Amino acid sequence: MAVSFGPSRPVLKEITCDIHEGEFVSLLGPSGCGKSTLLRLVAGLISPTSGQLTLAGLSPVAARRGDQRVAFVFQEPNLLPWRSVADNIRLPLELRGLPRREHAERIESSLKLIGLTADDSQKPPRSLSGGMRMRVSLARALVTQPDLLLLDEPFAALDDVLRQQLNEELAQIWMQHHWTGLFVTHNVAEAVFLSQRVLVMNKRPGTIIAEIKIPFSYPRKPELRADPDFARLCGELSQQLREAAR
Amino acid sequence: MNTTNPGRKFLESIVPPLLLFAVVVVVWHACVLGFHLKPYVLPAPLAVAKALVNDRAILVRAVGYTGSAALCGFSASLLIGTAIAFVFSQSRIIRSCGYPYFIFLQTVPIVAIAPLIVRWCGNGFQSVAFVSLILSLFPILSNGTQGLLEIDPDLLDLFRLNNASRWQILTKLRFPSAVPGILAGARTSSGLAVVGAIVGEFFVGYGSKRFGLGYLINTTNDQLQIDRLFAAVFTSTLFGIAIFGLVNLISVTILRRWYDGPVEHRN
Repeated sequence: MAVSFGPSRPVLKEITCDIHEGEFVSLLGPSGCGKSTLLRLVAGLISPTSGQLTLAGLSPVAARRGDQRVAFVFQEPNLLPWRSVADNIRLPLELRGLPRREHAERIESSLKLIGLTADDSQKPPRSLSGGMRMRVSLARALVTQPDLLLLDEPFAALDDVLRQQLNEELAQIWMQHHWTGLFVTHNVAEAVFLSQRVLVMNKRPGTIIAEIKIPFSYPRKPELRADPDFARLCGELSQQLREAAR
Repeated sequence: MNTTNPGRKFLESIVPPLLLFAVVVVVWHACVLGFHLKPYVLPAPLAVAKALVNDRAILVRAVGYTGSAALCGFSASLLIGTAIAFVFSQSRIIRSCGYPYFIFLQTVPIVAIAPLIVRWCGNGFQSVAFVSLILSLFPILSNGTQGLLEIDPDLLDLFRLNNASRWQILTKLRFPSAVPGILAGARTSSGLAVVGAIVGEFFVGYGSKRFGLGYLINTTNDQLQIDRLFAAVFTSTLFGIAIFGLVNLISVTILRRWYDGPVEHRN
């Protein structure tokens, strides 16, 4: 599969990969390598210039219109400022035409999943911290009970401690629900901590240059970051990433 | 955290312009005395104040007529401007066909087409309101169109990913995003609507003994009653400021839901 914006501006070339149902895969690459483009292709928001991409055997748009639920978490929380936290989380349910009586229960459970109280749910997004806003954004994706969750560097703007904490929570939520996860990042430790498999991409035009299996079992605890094997894998991937950026 | 006292802030915003006003009045009075200016060239401030008091009943009635026509014109431009902006936001072809004509509407000298308006709408309230509408339509239309079109692409993607219909995107995303723009347009339009009504009254009357500020300005000028002319202009200005302040207050109250902290208009 390949994508280009005009004949002289290839963005992605010769991408070939399979992602299995229920798997958590990270796409790791230097800035501007086309990771986000790849994620948007999978979401069916853009189409490949050549080649084919399928979700459960269908084109992404057909899969999405059918019974596959695809959710996307953006780099920015992208909450609607005129809606309360709860109404932001409700948005996908409204758009998908889910009966209203089912909303409350779904919203409550996804609020619980991300550690927000019923009190927080009535607040406007502007009264929340950056980390909290990202949590709401995550809840808005989870409320659809997705089959496939696409995450585009969602924690890039957060400080390191908060990022680690959200990584732990995300891994925990994935364990409970087992959606298929595709996570874009340029942070090596984040990719290793979260995923079962890491795909390393090189600079534009982007292509996958390495695939590394992460052998650690779930649940993944914070202590994992101190494990020598974890450090070794991070080192290896950092080396790959440096070569990719060259 | 906002710790400034709102009362003090209000004083700080109102005292300096009032001080300047006092200085202008003093200089004005000195000029009238010093240069022995005739009252039909420039009346003394005191004469204007007297005219204001003597004419108060007429002025209040005139504000009532002009205000109703301006309110009518302004409400119509809010409704029509937003409706046209909705249509423009839905089709690029319609937008590129129609938009130049609204710029034309904005630039055509209203004085030139006012007689035409009287011919079409007849002599009376509706013609004044129509001139007010023409003058105040464009800011709402252009700000509204811009607000409906300038949507964060990520938000559009979010709606598309959830299989949102065109109608859902319009009502749940485009319209709420455009509210700040429409309100900014409304703020400009409110002042223009008053100006439009006054200009309309230069050409159109409401019938004998029923007249607005525009008619008053026109006739006192013709009769060289410059003190009364000043009183009418002064009243018009105060009225314009009051309308502007009211619309501003309403829009700031609504916008509190959209933005963080102290609400400033974009544009």
